[in-house]
Amino acid sequence: MSDHHDHGHDHDHAPVTDAEEPEAARRARALEALLVERGVIEREDVRRGIDWLVSRSPTDGARLVARAWVDAEFRERLLADARSAAHELGLDPGPSPVVVALENSARVHHVVVCTLCSCYPRALLGPPPDWYKSLPYRSRAVSEPRGVLEEFGLDVGDKVEVRVVDSTADIRYLVVPRRPEGTEELSEEELAALVTRDSMIGVAEPTAPPVPA
Amino acid sequence: MRFSPGQTVRVAARDHRGHHRTPGYLQGRTGVVERVHGAFTNPETRAYGADGLPRLALYLVGFAQRDLFPDREGHAGDRLYADVFEHWLVVVA
Repeated sequence: MSDHHDHGHDHDHAPVTDAEEPEAARRARALEALLVERGVIEREDVRRGIDWLVSRSPTDGARLVARAWVDAEFRERLLADARSAAHELGLDPGPSPVVVALENSARVHHVVVCTLCSCYPRALLGPPPDWYKSLPYRSRAVSEPRGVLEEFGLDVGDKVEVRVVDSTADIRYLVVPRRPEGTEELSEEELAALVTRDSMIGVAEPTAPPVPA
Repeated sequence: MRFSPGQTVRVAARDHRGHHRTPGYLQGRTGVVERVHGAFTNPETRAYGADGLPRLALYLVGFAQRDLFPDREGHAGDRLYADVFEHWLVVVA
């Protein structure tokens, strides 16, 4: 325990720059060292966990969304039980016992946040973006969601009800965005390419389809 | 399961030392049970190495955005949903 960081920590910090290791990283390393030393975990477990996390990406979530857009019965199953729907496509929905897909419509727009930490459907979307874990997003997504959406370039309009979902417990939430107009001719694979990570968090619409030549 | 969808509930506002998963901005607020997720291990004991048993009922509870943040100019229909464990919910008569 040579690199033990041992002052109890409630004071403010100067902004952490790239040149310096973030406080959280040092704390994580210290914790890992301690857990390994006590035999609670092995370094191999940590490495496997990191490998799993970085192997995940939003393309899995996008496959679920694209299938739901083209297959009404699958859409029903996805909205009823997203874990089973993921298994159906051969995707790994992750360790959460319940995954819920929230469907956007002409009347309702969903946004996902975790105000307490950074709960996120990592298995289906990959590692969360830094802003998702930032304090400003975590606090403002609940207190002024429309302002946050506008900063992401999204104006949902007065006729749409904004529903913010705070993932405070074991459930993981995935937004099913609206299918863009003018995509009737696209294949399921082409549709999946339009489904971005941010559109499945709810801070953006899917990418517009390519304009036909 | 003590509550069912459609039921009005209030989130307890109480001192809780140690880990819990009920955000402060919801405490004391009234909402409606939207969905029953099932029974889950208790994060308040699991955080300290216990097995989290017995499992507790977990609900998705919906709130009016304006009730939570009255000083913000939220839209009348906007809502906020969060997962709340049963022992944090109080019956509203």
